[in-house]
Amino acid sequence: MAYTADKPVLAESSDQLRARIPGWGVDLDPKDRPSVPRERFDPNLSGAHWDFPERQPEKRPRERSIEHEFLTPVFGTSCPPKGVSGMMRKHAYTLSEGRAAHWLILVAADRVDALGSHLRSFLTLHPDDPITESGVLSEISHHGMASRVGKKRADLAHQPLDPIIAVGPWVVAGGVVYVGLKGLLRAVTRAGRD
Amino acid sequence: MRAMVYRGPWKIRVEEKDVPPIEHPNDAIVRVTLAAICGSDLHLYHGMMPDTRVGMTFGHEFIGVVEEVGPSVQNLKRGDRVMVPFNVFCGSCFFCARGLYSNCHNVNPNATAVGGIYGYSHTCGGYDGGQAEFVRVPFADVGPSLIPEWMDDEDAVLLTDALATGYFGAQLGDIIEGDVVVVFGAGPVGLFAAKSAWLMGAGRVIVIDHLEYRLEKARTFAHAETYNFTEHDDVVVHMKKITEHLGADVAIDAVGAEADGNFVQHLTSVKLKLQGGSPVALNWAIDSVRKGGTVSVMGAYGPMFSAVKFGDAFNKGLTLRMNQCPVKRQWPRLFEHVRNGYLKPSDIVTHRIPLEHIAEGYYIFSAKLDDCIKPLIVPNAG
Repeated sequence: MAYTADKPVLAESSDQLRARIPGWGVDLDPKDRPSVPRERFDPNLSGAHWDFPERQPEKRPRERSIEHEFLTPVFGTSCPPKGVSGMMRKHAYTLSEGRAAHWLILVAADRVDALGSHLRSFLTLHPDDPITESGVLSEISHHGMASRVGKKRADLAHQPLDPIIAVGPWVVAGGVVYVGLKGLLRAVTRAGRD
Repeated sequence: MRAMVYRGPWKIRVEEKDVPPIEHPNDAIVRVTLAAICGSDLHLYHGMMPDTRVGMTFGHEFIGVVEEVGPSVQNLKRGDRVMVPFNVFCGSCFFCARGLYSNCHNVNPNATAVGGIYGYSHTCGGYDGGQAEFVRVPFADVGPSLIPEWMDDEDAVLLTDALATGYFGAQLGDIIEGDVVVVFGAGPVGLFAAKSAWLMGAGRVIVIDHLEYRLEKARTFAHAETYNFTEHDDVVVHMKKITEHLGADVAIDAVGAEADGNFVQHLTSVKLKLQGGSPVALNWAIDSVRKGGTVSVMGAYGPMFSAVKFGDAFNKGLTLRMNQCPVKRQWPRLFEHVRNGYLKPSDIVTHRIPLEHIAEGYYIFSAKLDDCIKPLIVPNAG
């Protein structure tokens, strides 16, 4: 088609589409849609019966973005910061959300948290188990091969990397434990000789 | 109670946790009867979202029964069956008063760039989510709604995010009668966006993905014309060819941070966490839409930078529209559409998994095994 002012003709008319597709055009008027206009001022719509919410008790110091004037009146209480990762997180919250370092430190803290938690789990009666926690046995029970072989899937190019990322912390943890035990054994042997 | 617990990237398990207490006078504690795994949960599962802490319970799509209410709760009582939007919101701040519930300023101390979301890292407020037997629901007078008697539980749970988000994504496209709409991604949000585009009068709806079983669903469920991008050297050129070389009027990115189609983008974002997300689908949307067209972004991205082709968007004079969906604002209209049979969200459910087997659920969904489109989670206490 030459580049003219005309809009390309559609294969089906509106009447044909209305007949073929249930509900076609029931929201045809762009002004009569739930999120139009984007901002619709109506402070009574939500059901809130307060101008500003009562404050949730702050039972421990709660980290917050320095872009907030104060701690928000309601907040989540899951997983308070702890250990080295907690120190990293607290430092990240001294930087604004506009700084890349804020997010990169949080991501690094997540990795430290995961590694530390794996190591600590080996000192408990419920150690991490890479088989059950990764769900990898689904490869057998839910047609891992059939889901991939002969399929034009773009994700097959990078899926082999997933086990490395999933198992990597266990390899690192195993290495740390091995080196630690080896050092301990050497120290005990040396002490025995002395 | 039993609850899903994050143990690090690609690792989760079910643990015994304390039943959450009332922490604020307008809290409710909800016994979860049905939950779902969302595609955006996979960003947490893969360790992409900053400040995702070991021990957190995920899950922002859930319904349940009110178990306990705080002293200031007026609209709910013990025993009520409720559906809970994925947004935690106060209903009274500058943003909530204008209907931007997903941008609430009173619920997320950790960030001003995003509102509160259940079970979605501390970057979204540090709230435990609903992939558990019980969950704390703040602002019980504002967020939850009673589930209508006539509504199926599986339809209700999909209204808490996936359907509302897909429908919202179509709205942000500002679709007018006869528009050509291309949707990148045939996951739950993409399927619902494609279906919703017809309700808004689209003249042609095209869905792009690389998973043939999902494209089949796009054809049967969403009446869409479909293309597998792995079958084309360059999907952008193909899009131009099939739209008289103008491009689509509206493009919807329903993929987000883990988009496939470019190995380097995927590696640097999903695997190395050096980007907020892999913007392959977003870049394809920008390049596939016509000049002066609209790109609606419904796929979720992390807060860090991503390698987006902003220059193309600028030079083409595009309108870029995006937001987390303010779910409750969509509900009255969506309830009508579900009741009238125009939308049947539970048609996309493929797996129903007991909470105790949730690790398998995440794996199946993440690896796209067994033709998985939407897995639901059934807690024991439910």
